[in-house]
Amino acid sequence: MEHALEILSYNPPGWGGALLRGLASTLQIALGAYLLGLIIGFAGAFGKIYGGPILRGSLKVYTTIIRAIPELVLILLLFYAGGDLLNYILESMGFARVEINAVAAGIYVIGFVQGAYSIEVLRGAFLAVPAGQIEAAKAIGMSWWKCHTRVVIPAMLPFALPGLANLWLIATKETALLAVIGLSELALVTKQATGTTKSFFTLYMAAGALYLCVTLASNVIFGFIERHYRRGQPVQG
Amino acid sequence: MEWFPGEWYWIPEYFPKLLDGLWLTIKLLVLSIVIGMSLAIPIGLVQVTGPRPLAWLAKGFCTVIRGTPLLIQLWLIYYGIGSFFPQWGLNETFLWPYLRAGFPYAVFAFSISVAGYVGEVMRGAFRGVPKGELEAARSIGMSPFQILRRVWLPRALQNVFPTLTGEFILTLKATPLASTITVFEVYGIGSQIRQETYLIYEPLLLIALIYLCLAGPLIMMFNYLENKIPKRVS
Repeated sequence: MEHALEILSYNPPGWGGALLRGLASTLQIALGAYLLGLIIGFAGAFGKIYGGPILRGSLKVYTTIIRAIPELVLILLLFYAGGDLLNYILESMGFARVEINAVAAGIYVIGFVQGAYSIEVLRGAFLAVPAGQIEAAKAIGMSWWKCHTRVVIPAMLPFALPGLANLWLIATKETALLAVIGLSELALVTKQATGTTKSFFTLYMAAGALYLCVTLASNVIFGFIERHYRRGQPVQG
Repeated sequence: MEWFPGEWYWIPEYFPKLLDGLWLTIKLLVLSIVIGMSLAIPIGLVQVTGPRPLAWLAKGFCTVIRGTPLLIQLWLIYYGIGSFFPQWGLNETFLWPYLRAGFPYAVFAFSISVAGYVGEVMRGAFRGVPKGELEAARSIGMSPFQILRRVWLPRALQNVFPTLTGEFILTLKATPLASTITVFEVYGIGSQIRQETYLIYEPLLLIALIYLCLAGPLIMMFNYLENKIPKRVS
């Protein structure tokens, strides 16, 4: 036990500080990826509902393929393809090649995967808004934009929130896979720490506990948000 | 394959290995689902009817499993628990080759993961069966075990079948993680090909295609099973 405390102490030679910094970059990547996923999700959901057959078809291909291929394979594919594509564009425009920032790469890779799931969650929530409410908004002369920001989006949030909360939890856990492409977040830091100290059990338990804290804290926060947006809705159950 | 862009000359050479990997993936998936499901049913059940301490234990198990990344669980089980065996002097016994193999650890980790996620699903499923049906079963003199086997479990499974299909697909998509603990399932073979041929995209694309081909029939099989279940049309 004393040994474990020594390994987990904040200052070197303990690894506590390194683990917490790993957690910070995990949260940073997860948050960025989640927001990117939400942007793709909103755009895609609108596209799937209002778009023409070509847009709808390509969005369907995107959501189906992303959801059928293992995240690990996607992360590698997107990581290499994104880097190559960016450099290809830069070179063809006459700029020098760049080395992509690790955090940005993580956000882009996880966000792109999250987007496919977000589209489905948000589309389902859009469709759950009663048509009468939208018609009422149109009838009193709201513009398309006003109708969506004032009626549709607030009305769909209660339907979307459980799914979105789930996606956030998936995002935090999925960042662990970035260890495979050598991105320094909690899982990789822990792995490096075990390589030096050889106390595998203690360190992986500590990392697991940190992830669990994030999940439990997120559950509390999403509970508040959900209660806030459910005001005035009939109580279920 | 000249009509298709990319370098594909390595496929014949690695074909037998890929088949072995595919077989390992399927074994991993089936074992994890079978063991995981048989754990998930009691875990769901005790949360609905079990004594308080057992219910709390089951709830805690589900929370911990669902709240931590599978990769960390896998490493904790393989490297963490595995690191105790040499300390106990087991590395000099005949058991060591078995204790060192990654496959059993992978099956164990994926099974408890399935148990955690599906346990939560089953809790809702058991709770969702109308009380009247259970009372009817009791009133015609079924024993508690008979009620579970003939009424409660079938009705619960029937309600959550689509969710279970989703969970099994997620398990399939999690199996590549096993390659990080020396289990050379199909993704692991793909990584090996990438290292030996210095190709980046082609092996990954083939692996992605293989998973698409695995997920498709799996979904179709479960949809077929789902349609087999008689539904009462009201």
